[in-house]
Amino acid sequence: MAAMDRRLLMERSVAGRRAVTVPEPDVPLTPLPDASLLRDDLLLPEVTEGEVVRYFTLLSQLNFSVDTQYYPLGSCTMKYNPKLNDEMASLPGFSEIHPLQADETVQGALRVIHELQEMLGEITGLPGVSVGPLAGAQGEFAGLLIARAFHEDRGEGAVRNVALIPDSAHGTNPASAAMAGLEVVTVPSDEHGNVSVDDLRNLANERTAVFMLTIPNTVGLFEPNILEITKIIHDTGGLVYADGANLNALLGLAKLGELGFDIAHSNLHKTFSTPHGGGGPGSGPVLVTEELAKYLPAPIVSENDGKFVLGSPDRTVGRLNGFQGSFGIVVRAYTYIRLMGLEGIKAVARNAIINANYVQSQLKDDFDVAYDRFCMHETVMSARRQKANGVSALDISKRLIDYGIHPPTMYFPLIVPEALMIEPTETESKETLDAFIAVMKKIAEEADASPELLHSAPHNAANTRLDEATAARKPVLRWEPEAAD
Amino acid sequence: MTLANSCSGGSPSTFIPNTDHDQQAMLDAIGVADFEDLVADVPEAYRHPTLDLPPAAHEMSLASEMAALASTNYIPGDYACFLGSGAYRHYIPAVARKVANRGEFMTSYTPYQPEVAQGSLQVAFEFQTMVSHLMGLEVANAGMYDGPTAFAEAALMAARITKRNKVVALDTVDERNIEVLRSYSHYQGIEIVRASSADLTVPNDAACVMVQSPNVYGVIEDMGAVSDAAHAQGALAVASVNPMSLGMFKSPGECDIDIATGEGQSIGVPLGFGGPYVGLFTCKDSYKRQMPGRIVGKTTDTNGETGYVLTLQTREQHIRRERATSNICTSTQLIALMVAAYLATLGKQGLRETAELCYQKAHYAASQINALPGYSLVSDGTFFNEFAVSCPKSSQSILDALIQRKIIGGADVSNRVPNGIVFALTEQNTRAEIDRLIEALDEIGSMS
Repeated sequence: MAAMDRRLLMERSVAGRRAVTVPEPDVPLTPLPDASLLRDDLLLPEVTEGEVVRYFTLLSQLNFSVDTQYYPLGSCTMKYNPKLNDEMASLPGFSEIHPLQADETVQGALRVIHELQEMLGEITGLPGVSVGPLAGAQGEFAGLLIARAFHEDRGEGAVRNVALIPDSAHGTNPASAAMAGLEVVTVPSDEHGNVSVDDLRNLANERTAVFMLTIPNTVGLFEPNILEITKIIHDTGGLVYADGANLNALLGLAKLGELGFDIAHSNLHKTFSTPHGGGGPGSGPVLVTEELAKYLPAPIVSENDGKFVLGSPDRTVGRLNGFQGSFGIVVRAYTYIRLMGLEGIKAVARNAIINANYVQSQLKDDFDVAYDRFCMHETVMSARRQKANGVSALDISKRLIDYGIHPPTMYFPLIVPEALMIEPTETESKETLDAFIAVMKKIAEEADASPELLHSAPHNAANTRLDEATAARKPVLRWEPEAAD
Repeated sequence: MTLANSCSGGSPSTFIPNTDHDQQAMLDAIGVADFEDLVADVPEAYRHPTLDLPPAAHEMSLASEMAALASTNYIPGDYACFLGSGAYRHYIPAVARKVANRGEFMTSYTPYQPEVAQGSLQVAFEFQTMVSHLMGLEVANAGMYDGPTAFAEAALMAARITKRNKVVALDTVDERNIEVLRSYSHYQGIEIVRASSADLTVPNDAACVMVQSPNVYGVIEDMGAVSDAAHAQGALAVASVNPMSLGMFKSPGECDIDIATGEGQSIGVPLGFGGPYVGLFTCKDSYKRQMPGRIVGKTTDTNGETGYVLTLQTREQHIRRERATSNICTSTQLIALMVAAYLATLGKQGLRETAELCYQKAHYAASQINALPGYSLVSDGTFFNEFAVSCPKSSQSILDALIQRKIIGGADVSNRVPNGIVFALTEQNTRAEIDRLIEALDEIGSMS
């Protein structure tokens, strides 16, 4: 790949250049405050508008993205993001209104929030909804605060301080539980990749505040014992929490509320097609049963005689962020559900599940499948066979880059060695999947015939493999003026 | 589900490419007769529940329906807007808006594969560079959810560092910040104590003293005095600042603040009814390993070329799980990109000039309002672009009357100041708008 000009903005800066001018004051001037209150210098770049555009455009081209590449990153649901989503969020009536305007001046915005609350409640079977949480992890935190408030109201707050979490869970689950002051007890998985029901039965007791379960789980499997699992927890007086990271697999197929879940969160940036933005912003609405709705975080939108109002539920767990959530993301998710409609939402799980099983079925001779059974929306494969030949999941991932495909999620879940978690999503065509399958087969051959090709991959990306150890040992976290000299 | 305006007739096949024929071919290849065979683990009685949703909409119809809905909102710009209190209507140059709309930025994900995410990673490094220098502190992370959550996480971080659990927050900190702090710290055994900013005494078991500048009345706080008082008791000093004010005012770092946070909205992010925004989070170098959130570092590849990676990851939830510094799993990257593009566009001169323009407009408005009968400026001290006024009538009645005149007034602070309103001005408020506000306030104030 030809050498690119990767210089930072400050390295491009030339004194006196600027990208925008600012008008002169049109009001009588007031003296500036005493100099002791003012700063001397601002370290910011001096570049022209053209340079800003070329620089950021160049950087954008160093990214793989859904708009440019197949991106089967497991657990992240990298589906296509309809462009109308962004355009609707940019409407001046949505993008330029102030969060503290009086309710009667923002009825259109409040209606969108309210209708999304209703639609998410309907899709999940959990009718109490707050779209306030700013990401999945904040939705988890909100859900756990709700569980704690519920137990406190029943006089069990001090006793019920344990969160049961499967060993296959995302790291945010135990981290959120810790923030909610809960002790984390890990529930092992069984040999089929499911929650070990016997272990769960032994671990659930009068101290159980909540059991957090990703459904389908992070191995891409639906828990066949789900009804027994929710019953075990409910019988001990605990609540069951659904981590909605994988909700895409259930759209139109099953409702969390009907399966016995009490609390859930949904990642609008996964299931409801809002762009991932290179790592946020997300949005993580929290969803609960009618009984728990009084604990939802503030604010939520309710309707009174056709008027929409922001308000706090009676026993709210409080405010989790500055205003009313990621409204721009809410508008995008709302747009998506309206474009898809009933028939579209019902088609999501079906196509996502067929696509994942198709990939799994075509690759199972070349790679081990972590658990050899039908999967839901994603398949977790393992490079343990290739590892015997010295080729790791990392090598395979980096080699995919050479073929213009974003690697799957690797080394997760932690219970699968050399994991490669592949989530095609419903928005990819059979042709794209066939091309991916062909590349994976080729890589499996290369792993046998010329492993060094994989060890040294990628060969044509913006960088070859990067030294992460030195980055952490001697952190360089910003440009410094001295470095330029 | 019946919606108020429900267009229909669209087709989800726009986004789901596989035809019935494709699906059947794939099922055949999988070796099952029917889709139901793939989902046998889902209890049959619970499969395919009834679902009450509106029908699929044509893009054209939905676009028009939503445009109509959006236009029912009262839009700042159409209305003169003097509302701030945490979110400000600054002008965002077209170039800064455009670059953030690149699909390669929007539709990528967390840079777990750095070789194919150098764009996002280098943007994050630019963001960390500009934000840390703006704040005057050595280290910035790649972004938090928003200002209030960054402020709350700073308190948790101070408690970890000092191994103390009492957090002293000045009484001039906005209640929204305190409410979020309360939610975040409730189960961490942290006690929140409010302290008078006029007469600050810091207990010797405090983890930190938390100050907001400009404060809830718009006044620039003496952050240096807060740092001195905190450090004298072995506590850290934590500040929440409006980054636009740092275009002219001294940075938290220059005032010896240990952890400085801020709402990134005012430097490049549209009001957007409250989000998504990005939280700024910076600290002194010695505390960086206790920081929450993602951090990007510079390194080299096997060819010796410069590149960027996520670093210091052993602080984070995906490695450390329940012992992580936070549960956060995002850097709000796209909004951090907007901030980076905005700061690059405004640059060294532009940010200072914009900040000073806000200052000038606000001071003109304040002096004019203060001269009106019945109105008086309450903000005591130097202020930046917003100020509190005590009005001759209830705040609500004045704000209602202003709306009638197509003016979105300020924020009602009658819980703090009798008949109090906080007005905020930005470079976008024209003199004509300001004069219209003054005239309206005069008229409303004198009506019986």
